[in-house]
Formats: sequence, structure tokens, C-alpha cells
Amino acid sequence: MKIHQLSLFLENKPGQMVQPCRVLADAGIGIHTLTLADTQQFGLLRLIVTDWEQGRAILEQAGYLVNVTEVVAVEVADRPGGLAGLLDLFEASDINIEYMYAFTFGREDKAVLIFRFDQPDAAIGRLRAAGVNVVNGVELAARIHA
Amino acid sequence: MSGEAPGGVFHPASAPDYVPLAQMRQLQLERLRAVVRRAYDRVDLFRRRLDERNFPPDGLGTLADIERLPFTTKADLRDTYPFGLFASPIEDVVRVHASSGTTGKPIVVAYTRHDLEVWTSVMVRAFAACGLNRGDVLQNAYGYGLFTGGLGAHYGAEALGATVIPVSGGNTDRQIMVLKDFRVTAICCTPSYFTHLIERAAELGVGMRDLPLRVGIFGAEPWTESMRRHIEIEAGIQAFDIYGLSEIIGPGVAIECPCHRGLHIFEDHFYPEVIDPETGRVMPDGEEGELVLTTLSKQAMPMIRYRTRDITALAGEPCPCGRTVRRMGRIARRSDDMFIIRGVNVFPSQIEAALLAVEGALPHYQILLTRHKGLDAMEVQVEVTPELFSDKIGALEGLRQRLAYAVEHTLGLKVEITLAAPRSIRRSEGKAERVIDRRNLTKEVRHEDPSTVSVP
Repeated sequence: MKIHQLSLFLENKPGQMVQPCRVLADAGIGIHTLTLADTQQFGLLRLIVTDWEQGRAILEQAGYLVNVTEVVAVEVADRPGGLAGLLDLFEASDINIEYMYAFTFGREDKAVLIFRFDQPDAAIGRLRAAGVNVVNGVELAARIHA
Repeated sequence: MSGEAPGGVFHPASAPDYVPLAQMRQLQLERLRAVVRRAYDRVDLFRRRLDERNFPPDGLGTLADIERLPFTTKADLRDTYPFGLFASPIEDVVRVHASSGTTGKPIVVAYTRHDLEVWTSVMVRAFAACGLNRGDVLQNAYGYGLFTGGLGAHYGAEALGATVIPVSGGNTDRQIMVLKDFRVTAICCTPSYFTHLIERAAELGVGMRDLPLRVGIFGAEPWTESMRRHIEIEAGIQAFDIYGLSEIIGPGVAIECPCHRGLHIFEDHFYPEVIDPETGRVMPDGEEGELVLTTLSKQAMPMIRYRTRDITALAGEPCPCGRTVRRMGRIARRSDDMFIIRGVNVFPSQIEAALLAVEGALPHYQILLTRHKGLDAMEVQVEVTPELFSDKIGALEGLRQRLAYAVEHTLGLKVEITLAAPRSIRRSEGKAERVIDRRNLTKEVRHEDPSTVSVP
């Protein structure tokens, strides 16, 4: 149920983004979604790609430090209150959201949220119990490309 | 103290700096014999080394025999930390100071009351050589504390009869206020800090050239002729270089005279040699090598042939000022990887020890030294390793803070830690290039003839 996210360490200077994207492109690996977190000194590029294992291998070959993290993708209604309703599920729990990012894929009035939980399994259990659609990697790819 | 008339004016010509050479050599030989005897009788390490060489402690026939004595190194101070090289019982030690060692622990130095009197007397001679006397107001901006600079300059200037303002280091705006309001005529600090004061004074609208300040005594870090010209023109003062190190006494080992042709060594207390750092062979005067110093009168912690790691050359020819003691060229570089930042001695091995303590393994790193508006800054770039890499910003920022804390705690200096991508720091063939110094400390011309120095 969990999705593999690749994280790359980038120095905070011009030209750092294009190189890993080109490495992935040359290997025919697509990027479903990404987020760039930046500090004054460095950046973290987090990617969900079409083939995380091959993606990691070729990025490492290219000299990148790659961290693989299991994240949870959740489908949510793309309307006001969609996210708030979902976050209510965790308010009274001890499950912590380390970070999250969102994207829409232009259909069904749905958005996909990517969560990094400190306790992913407990989080999935709680989401399922509330009837939330937790999306796996295959489904995610199918939805994006449909 | 020689040359000091009670309540009177110290006249530098009464100091041992002017005695005929033959008389000085005789004094040095007598004192060298006594200090070797003292170290042999009281310091285990030294006795063991002489015995291994079958060299009798009274075996010095001439001054040249000093070449047969073993060297003392910074590692000896580290290995005997803290009190192992003391030659006086603790009851006779009235002061200790400390400076940075090559790893986490500092090195400790000790003084008897007599040692402090000697230190004060050489500082009196140093200040007098710079033209200071009673009536001068000295702003002492060297740090007071374990560092020898603050207290060494303080007691010397007081004994000379100058008015001492013990302002210590830091708080730049207050320094400028004191400089202006107290009608200061002389200042001592590191040369880089003084260039920072010049910059800041200009920002505050204080014209340094219009102040009564006329003399600056700068030391505790390497500087250059071009820095001297900049300081002298911008501040309207005469700038003097002072040399010293804690292991020998602190500041006051050598001082420039107004001729600025190198630094006169107070040879009646500190015997200088210059050696080839590779072979240990003694070089003739005029040839460049590593400065080796022997304390001739120190009681609490005699240093026999201490390897300073500072590269210089000795000049024996007479100086127009009339002093007979030999001069050493300005220190431009060292024979080890130590560097000096804001007056603090730093060894890359200290930084390594701190990084290792945090990371558990030694990451690839590089130290970058820069100078901005006269202030030195140190950045340590550390490559992120797979073990420590995280997808969480907080974890990486936490790592950066832990590294900064560890390095700052070890050195007592502010440091900027930058996390770098793997393999982004250039690998050199052979010995890693750990320190990149961009402070423009260009190589010096030694013993320049002042008449050839062009003023821009």
C-alpha cells in the first residue's frame, strides 16, 4: 500500500535540478510528481517515479545520494474542505505527519496527497477504517496516465 | 627589572637588547646550561631523552652543542597533558594559560612568579621598542583569559607605566567609542581585527586618522606588508609586528623596531635556531627554515629546542636601531597544517575529531577561510554520507547544528557548517587539501628595505 519515494540531496546553486531530471529522462523513467524542499544551504528533491528501483540505481550510478522512503498516497475530493476532513482523522492520534505534498491530475474532481507519516502502517489503518481510498503505486500510475 | 627606574621613564637603550654580542653569547651559554640542568633534574621526559642519547646534563661546552639536544614538540605537550612537563611544584606555579592542541585537548603552560616577571620585562621592552612610554594610553583588545595575549600585554604595559584600558576582544562599536573618547594613543589586537575596526569606524563616521592613536602592535596571526600599508594609511598610525607563542611564554618573544626590518628576538631569554624541518639540521643565519626556540630562563616549564612550526629566517647583521640581538623575518607560513583565525590556532585534526564524534565516521570535508570587511570567517563543508542522509529537512538541519556545535565547542570559535553533495568536494592526489585559504595572505618579501617600499 505504500509508495516508494526517492529523495535527492541538492546543493543550493543554479543547475542542480536539471541534472537528475535528465538522468531519469535518458533512462526513460517518468516522474509522476515531485516536490522541492529548500533551505538557505541545500535542497531536497523528492520524486515519485514510474520505476523507483531502476530510478534509484541510475541516480546512484550518476553519483547522487538517494534515500528511499515509503510514503502513503491518498485520494481526496478536490473541493474546499477535502484536505481538512482528512486531517481531522489524525488530530486526536499520536500519528505525526512529517511532511506532505499534493497534486491533481485533472479528472474526477480528485486530488492525490502524498504523506510522509512517522507511523505509516497505523496511518493506513486509520485511513482505511474511515473509508478513504489509499492508492498503491500501480493505481497511481494508472490514474495519472488514464 | 633591568632598565626600570622607580617612578621614572623606561629607556629602551638600557635593556639587554644592546649588549655586545660576545657578552650576550656568554650569558646565553650560562643560562642554557642552567635550564638544561633544571629540565634534566625535574622533567621525566627530558631526562629520559638525554639518558637515551648518553648526553650528560652538564655536557654543553659551547652554544653550538645545543644541536645535540633533542627537540620538543607540540605532541610532547599533548602526551604529558596537563602538567607533565612542569619543572616546578604546583606551590611555585602562580599562573597557567592554555592554547589549542592538535586534537580536542588544549596544551597547558605554567609560570612561576619569576617567569611572570620575565614575561612582563620582555613586554616592557617590546612596547618601548614601538615607542610607547608613560603617558601613552593603550587599548588592549587582545582577549583576556586562557589566551596569553590579553594578560601578557596588560602587565607589560602597566609595568612600562602606560595607562592600560583592559577592554579585551569583541564588541566593535564599544572599541571605537573607547578609542575615540579615552584619547587612546596605542592599541594591540590581531591585525585582522584592526582592519575590521577601521571598516566599522568609517561606517560610524569616526575618522581614524583624526584620532590621537599613533601606534598599533599587532600579532597572534600572520599578516602581510600590504596589510601593514593599508592599516598605516587608513588609520594614520605606525604598525608593529609582535611575535610569541604560549609554549615559550606568550607574546613578547620578538618585536619589530621602528626600522621594520624583521623582529628582534629577546635573545637573553629565548635562544633561536632555524632548522630544516625535514632533516632537523640547523641552518645558517639568512636561510629559511623552521624556527626552534629554547627558553633560557623559564622555571615552571622550560622548553628545550621547541619546534614552533613557524617558517622564517634569522638575520644577524646589525640593525640601524642599534639593537644587537638577532632578528627573525615575518612569519608567512608554517611547516604543519595549523592555521590561525581570529588569533586562535586551529589544526584540521581538531575539526576532524569533532566531526568524527558526531558522525561516527570521518566524512569528506574541507575548511574554507574567508575575510570580509577585515573579519575572518571559517566555513566547514561536509559531504553528506548515505548513513546520515535523510528525506527530512529537520533531520539534516539537526545534523548541521550538531556538527556546528561540536566544532564550535572544540575550538571556541564560530563556524558555518555547509552540507555538501557527495563527491562535490574536490579530491586531490595524495594528501587531501583540507584548508582553502581565501584571505589573501600573500607571500611576504622578507627583510624588506623600507626605502624600497612604495606607498600607493
